[in-house]
Amino acid sequence: MSDEHNKPGFFEKPENISMILKVFYVICVLLVVADFIVHRHIYHDWENIPAFYAIYGFVGCVILVLIAKVMRKILMREETYYDK
Amino acid sequence: MISSLLELLPQLPPFLPLLIGSLAAIFLRGHLRSVIMLLAPVWGALQLAAIDPGVYWTFQLLGLELEPVRVDKLSLMFGYLFHLAAFIAVVYALHLKDTMQHVAGLSYAASAVGAVFAGDLITLFIFWELLALTSVFLIWARRTDRAYGAGMRYIVMKVLSGVLLLTGAVIFITQTGSVRFEEIGLEHDGILKLGSWLIFIAFGIKCAFPFFHNWLTDAYPESTPTGAIFLASFTTKVAVYSLARGFPGTELLVWIGVTMACFPIFYAVIENDLRRVLAYSMINQVGFMVVGVGIGTSLALNGAVAHAFNDVIFKGLLMMSMGAVLHMTGRINGSELGGLYKSMPKTTILCIVGAASISAFPLFSGFVSKSMIMSAAVAEGYDYVWLALLFAAAGVFHHAGIKIPYFAFFAHDSGIRTTEPPKNMLAAMTIAATLCIIIGTFPAQTVYALLPWEVDYQPYDITHVLTQLQLLFFSALAFAWLNLRNMYPPELPSTNLDTDWFYRKLTPGFVVPIYYSVMQMMNKLERLANIGIRRLIRMSYDDDKNQPKGYFAKLWPIETMVLWVAFLLAGILILYYV
Repeated sequence: MSDEHNKPGFFEKPENISMILKVFYVICVLLVVADFIVHRHIYHDWENIPAFYAIYGFVGCVILVLIAKVMRKILMREETYYDK
Repeated sequence: MISSLLELLPQLPPFLPLLIGSLAAIFLRGHLRSVIMLLAPVWGALQLAAIDPGVYWTFQLLGLELEPVRVDKLSLMFGYLFHLAAFIAVVYALHLKDTMQHVAGLSYAASAVGAVFAGDLITLFIFWELLALTSVFLIWARRTDRAYGAGMRYIVMKVLSGVLLLTGAVIFITQTGSVRFEEIGLEHDGILKLGSWLIFIAFGIKCAFPFFHNWLTDAYPESTPTGAIFLASFTTKVAVYSLARGFPGTELLVWIGVTMACFPIFYAVIENDLRRVLAYSMINQVGFMVVGVGIGTSLALNGAVAHAFNDVIFKGLLMMSMGAVLHMTGRINGSELGGLYKSMPKTTILCIVGAASISAFPLFSGFVSKSMIMSAAVAEGYDYVWLALLFAAAGVFHHAGIKIPYFAFFAHDSGIRTTEPPKNMLAAMTIAATLCIIIGTFPAQTVYALLPWEVDYQPYDITHVLTQLQLLFFSALAFAWLNLRNMYPPELPSTNLDTDWFYRKLTPGFVVPIYYSVMQMMNKLERLANIGIRRLIRMSYDDDKNQPKGYFAKLWPIETMVLWVAFLLAGILILYYV
């Protein structure tokens, strides 16, 4: 039982990870391609930008993380900060 | 059969079945307690199914016409939701033997039900306070110093909210002569304006408005694994209900809501305690609802209450999965976890269902309600609000959808070997996960059927599905890219400063020294006074002769006194004749 638990799991084998990532990249590409094929309903002018949602999602999240990293420099204290 | 059973039972106020369940939990033990606790929410929900819209059990108190139970579509929706949430939370807590938590949990649920059916401000206030008083025991039940402190801060904020509500209500009742809890709004003149603002802020504190939000992120992660499920279900949703009832279409709420939706996601990215990540993400989700209430069209209001409904279930599911991790491993920090999918595969899958729901993947519950609010924002011309909500929606996926499951169950192997949580915990999570998928897949038959306002909305069209998938997949792409380039902030044992710093560090930082210096001064003054008095005594008493030094304090022989009395009497005699 313990042996079974200690052998590398499915998500620890590099080949599995790279396969999952490849599938994931393909889906991302397909979603962008679909943007040019499918006629999206436009509710707002900004949505006319090709792949608006994809770009917005990616850029938004990168900015989110970068700002959060800067916040850490200002706001992060040790774990027992309030316990003292 | 059910209806005939219901006819046998008397029609009770909606909050009573849960309250009876909680009282029964005090006295009963073992399986009997479990059965009663499970039956209480079922009985309550069946009662709701049988009750007709209207006002019940009205009575006069001090000349005020109280309406303790008002049933309409809005209160019914929240009523069903709270019974469902109570049922799931009870199942999750069945393995416990802690009477305090069982009693507190069910009476807390009963208070929430009481609050949403309250037809007048006085009844609302009573249940408002009961919500606070019952729920705080779910935090203290953790029985740690941190939980005790967090519980104290929690109850102080809650009592503040209650006091503001009562003051506002009293102003309203004396000015308008009506106790009814209806649309209040902020557009008033004179003293009524003050009253409406007080009520607004009271609701806002419970709703975790920015700067009033730290009671939530402070206390919920310190509660017990099972207590957090109750906590995540009721308080903020009662607040959303109250805003939807009292302040629909108040534009200020749009801006407050959009702030709530955006700022917590930054904190969630850098927070290490995974239940605290969920607490921040809760503020973010409530932000969506507050925006919906602020926009105030029937689509937006429906979106707000539908999202409240779904949020209770998927946030409960995520909280339950993290509670299961905490229960089994004793750890909840992202920096200490990882690789648990091997020993807790079922919990992992259930957590991912919750993550997909909160991220609003198509076919999961978040999608059908969040898109209503977004559509309403675009339709009403709130362009930048819509853009910010879109950012918040991507951010939710980032921190709640990916970060929670990733750092708990995947990432690096932490070496922790454990097992699946108790069966009742798994069962509760399974119920919630199933509901997430059913609601997400068949919204028209489930959550939409309960919506209070008339609206025709179809979430599933090619545009919505495609754009949402693009948004989510490219958010995930950002996570993968940042992670592969080692740019993603690692999980670190840490505390992040937030508004609570003002009352946990700054205020104690100068109030405590002031207190001590005042105390020191008082002591000094007392010492000086003591010395002075002692010196005075020493000066006036001759220790050697053992007698006072002062002239009048001397001991006089008795004949001297008689002589003086004689003089005195003679004096009076003379005065009498003069």
